[in-house]
Amino acid sequence: MSETVIETRRLSKEYIRDEFHITALQDVDLEVKRGEFVALMGPSGSGKSTLLHLIAAMDVPTSGEIKVLGQDLRKLSDRAIARWRNENVGFVFQSFNLIPVLTALENVELPLKLTPLKKQERIDHAVTALKLVGLGDRLGHYPRQLSGGQEQRVAIARAIVTDPALILADEPTGNLDAASAEDILHLLARLNQEFGKTVVMVTHDPHAARFASVVHHLEKGRLLPMNGNP
Amino acid sequence: MSIPIAYNFRNLAVRKATTIMTALGISLTVAVLLAVLALLHGLETSLKSTGDPLHVLVLRKGANSELVSNFTRTGFQVLKTKAGIARDEAGNPLVSLEMVTVINLVSVDAPDGINVTVRGLEPVGIKMRKNLKLVAGRWFTPGRREVVVGQALVKRFPDVKMGKQLHFGTGDWDIVGVMASGQSAINSEIWADLNQLSSDQHRTEVLSSALVQATDAVAAQALVNRISQDQQLNMDAELETAYYEAQQSSGALIKGLGWFVAIVMAVGSCFAAMNTMYAAVARRSKEIGTLRVLGFSRLSILASFFTESVLLALLGGLIGCLLVLPLHGMTTGVGNFRTFSETDFNLTLTPRILMGGMVFAIIMGALGGLFPAWNAARKEILVALREG
Repeated sequence: MSETVIETRRLSKEYIRDEFHITALQDVDLEVKRGEFVALMGPSGSGKSTLLHLIAAMDVPTSGEIKVLGQDLRKLSDRAIARWRNENVGFVFQSFNLIPVLTALENVELPLKLTPLKKQERIDHAVTALKLVGLGDRLGHYPRQLSGGQEQRVAIARAIVTDPALILADEPTGNLDAASAEDILHLLARLNQEFGKTVVMVTHDPHAARFASVVHHLEKGRLLPMNGNP
Repeated sequence: MSIPIAYNFRNLAVRKATTIMTALGISLTVAVLLAVLALLHGLETSLKSTGDPLHVLVLRKGANSELVSNFTRTGFQVLKTKAGIARDEAGNPLVSLEMVTVINLVSVDAPDGINVTVRGLEPVGIKMRKNLKLVAGRWFTPGRREVVVGQALVKRFPDVKMGKQLHFGTGDWDIVGVMASGQSAINSEIWADLNQLSSDQHRTEVLSSALVQATDAVAAQALVNRISQDQQLNMDAELETAYYEAQQSSGALIKGLGWFVAIVMAVGSCFAAMNTMYAAVARRSKEIGTLRVLGFSRLSILASFFTESVLLALLGGLIGCLLVLPLHGMTTGVGNFRTFSETDFNLTLTPRILMGGMVFAIIMGALGGLFPAWNAARKEILVALREG
């Protein structure tokens, strides 16, 4: 039986906004195995991004348990979480979130700054990652000199450069045209199949979800059973 | 490892206008402070280098400056006999009886006139000033209405030139020479023959002071004690170096005012830097969130924005230093509250002063950057990502 990478039990998240309690996520039990490509689907406000943020330890749950790569995230300090995230998670944003004043190479090298690697090793790793996403000829380009699809590929290179076990993508094709979106989805699928990365992708696009091996649906903060019925 | 410094440099370069405006604000503050420090350093150097450690200045008891001291010829004769006084090759004691008065001269920047010290002395007094040089003309002839003027006066007063005449006392005085003595206050004095000046001023018996040269430093201190303690003499003695150093108090007002203005401006510059950095934090909120997601700690974020503020201030400091460089060597004068005359000196910018200006800039950047950097570091990741 393959190893469980993500495990949540009765995971809930509530927000208080203007004195109102908003339940973003309620009693979610989720299990993701190593090597799976999971798509989290659901309409806006269904809690899919909240779940992804909790998995990435970018947010803390109100109640319930969450273990990612065997680590109980609630037990880690702020600093330890930062380190853990750097070593184990690659995050891909909908709007790419590249640093505009840094080149493609520098953007990809950035997470390696937190590793003990030497400058040349960092550059070598970053170049390899950029070549892998097909941007070996765009190393010195700034984000503004790249197309949306290319920017997202740089963001993916940045996400994989530390060789994390887990890649989390929040609507990675949301800001892209159909052709670029297709490229990005193929790239994520390749990372999953060829390199054995576990991928969790939030999307509301059924076409994107087809690239995933497992599809979960969320609605009003609840995870729907696998057959898709409430 | 921290966020690369190139990130800060390039962000400063990207917001050129804001960076330059803030840096200029800081540079003006630094320039004001540096100008004041250069002024004070010049004054200090001038007054410090006026005194000779072997020289003892003797005034009437209770007088705190040569100008208000009444010194009699009789007292001078007794003073000459004191032990520890150096002698010249001919065996004559190196003691100079001097008379100091003040005249009003019109200057380039003060059309109403400025007080200038006129000193009457005998040739021995000239001989005793070791660093003194005649840069033009000749020394005055005893018994004639002739003066030698300090080099600084020639630069600042249109009427003070070789071959011209000065009108004071009861007659006209020919300018026959120009003297210079390093950076000392002598450069701001006018010298004449003692007897000629004292009779002109109707003060033949009551003069101002005596300058005594001791055989060595120990003897100089002993002379100070011996003269001051002699009840009969009724005189106060002081090392010449101490006398001029005490006059630095005339710089106290400039110093106080200078620091006051600089600090008020610094507060303004701090707020300007703070404002710029708060704007930077707000504009780059999404980047802050992203950096945190990539694994950079709150401390790294704090250090990065703090560094950026300090870099901005360093740029300001550098511009400030460049702005004041042309002032280096410029001659100016300051009223001396002890002699009631003006001392001219050169504004001096030393590496130490410039370094002080840079440190001042760094402090401004650090204070201005601390709160915005703290604010950036405190942001929760999701809030930061959403604000962007």
